[in-house]
Amino acid sequence: MSDVKNFLYVNRKAPHGTIYALESLEVVLIGAAFEQDVALAFLDDGVFQLVKGWDTSELGVKNFQPAYTALGDYDISKVYVERESLEERGLTEDDLIEMTYEDEEDDWAEKSSIRIVSREEMAQIMRDADVILSF
Amino acid sequence: MSGFYEVNGKQVPHDEEGYITNLSDWSKELAEVIAKQEGIDMTDEHWEVVNFLREYYDEYQIAPAIRVLVKAMKKKFGPEKGNNKYLYELFPYGPAKQACKIAGLPKPTGCV
Repeated sequence: MSDVKNFLYVNRKAPHGTIYALESLEVVLIGAAFEQDVALAFLDDGVFQLVKGWDTSELGVKNFQPAYTALGDYDISKVYVERESLEERGLTEDDLIEMTYEDEEDDWAEKSSIRIVSREEMAQIMRDADVILSF
Repeated sequence: MSGFYEVNGKQVPHDEEGYITNLSDWSKELAEVIAKQEGIDMTDEHWEVVNFLREYYDEYQIAPAIRVLVKAMKKKFGPEKGNNKYLYELFPYGPAKQACKIAGLPKPTGCV
């Protein structure tokens, strides 16, 4: 396809309390269905979207965290998580859910989609994106 | 137009496109009613897809787009079932859309 653009979805907000996280996920799924090159970035409180073990039973909202693990099926293989944001919140990569994709170039081997990057690298990723959608 | 499906004398509400409003209202009988309205005679092959969609939704909390459904079906049932032609023969008006409706799931995201 000729008109494939690099879309970067930037997630900065906690998963609950606002609709941003869920809306972002919906838009990501729509974008991926149109076979664009999609990458996700999680920084600031957005990293909480990927922290394991949500319990939404008291919130009266659906637990949509499992949907993040389906993103590999949508050929989304680039999930950037900012190291500084994790550290500032006392979190490490081990606190995050597993997100995987199957690498077509490597006999469909299952690989992790999550890439921990520094703040500086994140800035470069943003500079390199054709389109940035911020949530 | 939104309205109701009639199942065993009970009314099950649906939206203007025919997707049921409360996912917990689903039953096999309801699936048959929706299928009939869609002009589909449910066979074992239809049920296989519908059940597969329900399992997928259970695990991931989303109704998969057609491309994803094809890929996942291929993985589970092999290429003779995991392809567009097979699925469109079963659900001529769009496998993701029609099968999801029958399976009592929301309309797949990105299905316009």
